[in-house]
Amino acid sequence: MSDNNSNKDNWPLWEVFTQPKSGKPHEHAGSLHAADKEMALQNARDTYARRNEGVSIWVVESKHITASTPEDMGPFFDPANDKPYRHPQFYSVPRAVKKRS
Amino acid sequence: MENQEKLDEFQARIDAGEKIEPKDWMPERYRQQLIRMMSQHAHSEIVGMLPEGNWIERAPSLKRKLVLLAKVQDEAGHGLYLYSATETLGIDRSELVDQYLYGSAKYSSIFNYPTMTYADICAIGWLVDGAAIVNQTMLARSSYGPYSRANVRICKEESFHKKQGYEMLGKMASGTPEQQKMAQDSVNRWWWPSLMMFGPHDSDSPNSAELIKWQVKLKTNDELRQHFVDRMVMEAEAIGVTIPDPDLEYNEETGHWNFGDIPWDEFWNVVKGNGVMNRERMKARRAAHENGEWVREAANAYAHKKKLQQEKAS
Repeated sequence: MSDNNSNKDNWPLWEVFTQPKSGKPHEHAGSLHAADKEMALQNARDTYARRNEGVSIWVVESKHITASTPEDMGPFFDPANDKPYRHPQFYSVPRAVKKRS
Repeated sequence: MENQEKLDEFQARIDAGEKIEPKDWMPERYRQQLIRMMSQHAHSEIVGMLPEGNWIERAPSLKRKLVLLAKVQDEAGHGLYLYSATETLGIDRSELVDQYLYGSAKYSSIFNYPTMTYADICAIGWLVDGAAIVNQTMLARSSYGPYSRANVRICKEESFHKKQGYEMLGKMASGTPEQQKMAQDSVNRWWWPSLMMFGPHDSDSPNSAELIKWQVKLKTNDELRQHFVDRMVMEAEAIGVTIPDPDLEYNEETGHWNFGDIPWDEFWNVVKGNGVMNRERMKARRAAHENGEWVREAANAYAHKKKLQQEKAS
């Protein structure tokens, strides 16, 4: 996880996202170490796409990712919890049109 | 801060079948057990390239050479999936590699046996990868998210490993008398070591209960071993090789195959470092790491130089 250049053996850590086929979203595949972004892409291909698992790959240095924390999970997602009117199930429609919708 | 409340909460999540993710709270002991087990698994994949790599240049045909190359490359990939999954527990890759090359980390003893003929490549695919699949199929449902996902990926690839070995062994077993003899000889040598891959009997496995409680493992060593034996008996018969165990007998009552005593003295002897290939394997791994040092350094220097150039240009 360190990108300390003084440690000659330690290539920085990268996260790899692959798109299984066009039209699908990129998904996290795993991580790897590489000295720079070109090498990260090549290593990602050799490590995570040896069997056409991807038509496109994104790599990003792990240190650039900001993630929500499990401890905040409750309060962080709270705002969505009391808004059932954001879902179609909240609304009623005449029985006659129900089946067709 | 490991109070009982937190431990209970954690256990409740496990019991509800939830996956534990890297940033979630976990008992320190859970983390340590995972690091031990996952890194051992990773090291095994890496060292596992050596016995098979030994035959790449002497493969009997171009087709078999391509297959073996692809398989050995997969093993490297599996090692990498597992190392990066282990790193999510907060341990650095270089530390893992150090523990493996110069410390006390272990790898599966199966790789301390020599590959003497090409039939060994067949038997390894069938038996060793076959045993690994039984184990990894279970681990694909492990409670630790990154470990479970790495094993899902591994299992998808490993089934080709087993099938290519089984197919090849079947061909040899129905070939010339010399080929048949070679095939049987390799099965004779790899059968018992592959049963040992599941680890000691449950009664001698101090970690098992804890790992199962935490759903890191879902089955015991003996359960997995029995599952493997049942399957292999059937597969051996189908291609006409004999399993070298005179005590092998179908048990009507249990619906399983009874098998003879596993030579545990040999197992512990190899674990302690006295197998035929222990020293050779470590020597090869250390040489690969140390001889690659200048490459890692050069890549870093190149990346650094390019970064400076880019900064200058902008």
